[in-house]
Amino acid sequence: MRGYAVLLIKEITEQWRTGRLPVVAVIFLLFGLASPVLAKYTPDIVKLAASSIDIHVPTPTIKDAVAELIKNLSQVGVLAAILLAMGSVAGEKESGTAAFVLVKPVSRFAFLAAKFSGLAVTMAAAVLICGLAAYLYTDLLFAPLTVLGFAAACLVILLGLLEIAAVTFLGSTLVRSSIPAAGIGIVALVVAGVVSSLPNVGHFTPFGLNELASDLALQQTATGWDWPLLVNAGFVVVALAASWLVFRRQEI
Amino acid sequence: MEAAIVCHGLVKRYGDVTALDRLDLEVPTGSLFGFLGPNGAGKTTTIRLLTGLAWPTSGRAVVAGLDPSGGDIHLRQRISHQDQQSKLYGWMKGRELLEFVGRLFGFSGPDLRSRVDEVLEKTGLVEAAGRRVAGYSSGMRQRLNLAQALMNRPQVLFLDEPASSLDPAGRHDVLNLLADLRGQVTVFMSSHILEDVEKVCDRVGIIDRGRLVADATMTELQARFAEPVFAIELEPGQAAAGADLVTVLKQSALVGGIGRDGPVLRVAVNDAARAGPEILRILATSGVHVARFERLRPSLEDVFLRLVPSQQPHGAHE
Repeated sequence: MRGYAVLLIKEITEQWRTGRLPVVAVIFLLFGLASPVLAKYTPDIVKLAASSIDIHVPTPTIKDAVAELIKNLSQVGVLAAILLAMGSVAGEKESGTAAFVLVKPVSRFAFLAAKFSGLAVTMAAAVLICGLAAYLYTDLLFAPLTVLGFAAACLVILLGLLEIAAVTFLGSTLVRSSIPAAGIGIVALVVAGVVSSLPNVGHFTPFGLNELASDLALQQTATGWDWPLLVNAGFVVVALAASWLVFRRQEI
Repeated sequence: MEAAIVCHGLVKRYGDVTALDRLDLEVPTGSLFGFLGPNGAGKTTTIRLLTGLAWPTSGRAVVAGLDPSGGDIHLRQRISHQDQQSKLYGWMKGRELLEFVGRLFGFSGPDLRSRVDEVLEKTGLVEAAGRRVAGYSSGMRQRLNLAQALMNRPQVLFLDEPASSLDPAGRHDVLNLLADLRGQVTVFMSSHILEDVEKVCDRVGIIDRGRLVADATMTELQARFAEPVFAIELEPGQAAAGADLVTVLKQSALVGGIGRDGPVLRVAVNDAARAGPEILRILATSGVHVARFERLRPSLEDVFLRLVPSQQPHGAHE
C-alpha cells in the first residue's frame, strides 16, 4: 500500500480542484431538496394544471417523499457514478499520468485503491449532502424520519451506487479510453435494471436495494435482506479485485 | 566500471511485430548514454521495459542492480523517468507537483521544501513555481518534467527527448545541467536531436528496427567511421602556392586524389596513419600559409545516416 495516503490526498484534491466534487455535490443537494418538495406539491401542481378535469390525487405522505428521494438518487446517482468512474484509470493511462506515477515507488494496488477511495469519498459526500437536505425538508414538509433509519437507507443507496461505480471502474482499468469504460458501466446498468425486475433475484441488484432503503427510512420491518446486501457488497469487492488482477500486470 | 544498465537478449513482441530484437547493451555507471534511432525503432519500448512499465517477451534486464520486470518498488526508488509524451497534472501548481512527487519518494517537512527549492532553482522554474501547470508553455512543462525526475536524486535517469521543446537558451541550460550530472547519475537519454547527444553524451547506442546497430563511445564511433580524408585550409592569397602544393601532393604515393572547395583542399589518402605525417612534412617544406589542417571526422549525424539506411535523405544515392 506504499504511497496510498499521498495518492488519496491527491485524488480528493483533484476531485475538488477540477470541480467534480462540487458539481456532483450541488446536483445531489438540489435533488435532496427537490425530492420532498416535489412529493408534497406534485398533487397541487397536477390539480392546477388539469383544473377542468376531476382527478383524485391522494394526499401526499412521508412515504411519497422517501420514494421520490430514492427514485431520484438511483437515477442521477448512477449517472454520476458512471461519469466519475469512467475516466478514473483509463484517463490517466490515456494521458500518460499513470506512467508518470507508476515509475515512482508506489504499488499498483495503492494506485487503484486511492483512485476508488477518492471516487467513493466523492459519492459518499454527495449522498450525505443529499440525505441531509432531504431529511431536513422531509421534516419541514411532512414529519421527522428517524436519524438512524434514514442514515442506514442512505448507506444502502450508496452501496448500490458504488456497485455501478465499481463495475465502471473495472471497465476503466480494462481499456485505455474513457468512452468504452462508460459503455461497460452502461451495459452493467442495463443488465442490473433488467435483472432487478425478475422475481427472486431482483433484490440482488443495486436497484433491488431501493426497497430495503425505503423500508429502513420508514422504519418498516425489513427481513431477509442479509444475502442481498452481502451479494451487492460482494459485487463491489469482486469488481475491485478483478480491476486489481487486470492492472497488476498491465503494460502502461 | 560496473554497468548501471544491462540488457541480455531483450525481446519485445506485440503480436507479429517485433519491437525489440535481442537487445544486448551495457551502460556504464555514471555515464551519459545517448540512445538514437528513427521513429518506431524501439527506443520508447526499451525505456518502458527498463522502467518496469512493460515486460519483455524474452531476455532480461538489470537496472541499478535490480530486475525492472519484477515490479520492485526499491528499483523505482533508485530511478527516475522523464517522458515528453506524458501530461503532468495540469490542475496542480508547479511547486505542488514537485511536492507530490517528493512525498511519493518519502520526502517530508523541511527536507521536502529544500529539495523542491533546489530542483526549481536547477531547472530555472523558481518564478513559475506558483502557477498552474496547465498554463505552462511546452518548454516550461519539459523543464518541470525534468525537475520532477531529479527530485529523488536518482541513480539512473531515463530521459525521453529532454530538450525537444526548448528554445536555444533552454536547451543550453538543460544540456549543461545534464553534463553536470556526469559521474553522479547514469543518464539514459533518447533523442532525435543528434547535436544534443553529440554535445553531452559520452556513449551512444543506435537502434534501427528493434536492433542495436552501434554501441560505442563518441570517439570510437568517429574513429570507426572516419574517412581517410584530410582537409587543408589555406590562408587567403595563396592561389599560386596552393597550385604548387597540389602538384607536390599528387606525386606522393599515399595520396589517392585531391578535391578543392574554395580555400580548402580535400586530400583523400590510402593509409591515413602514414599519410598524416607525410602531408605535414610536405606542408612544412612547401612554404604555403596554412590556416587549418585536420583529419576529417564524421559528425554523429553522418554516423547515424550511415548506420540507419532508411534515414538517408532523398536523393542521397543518386
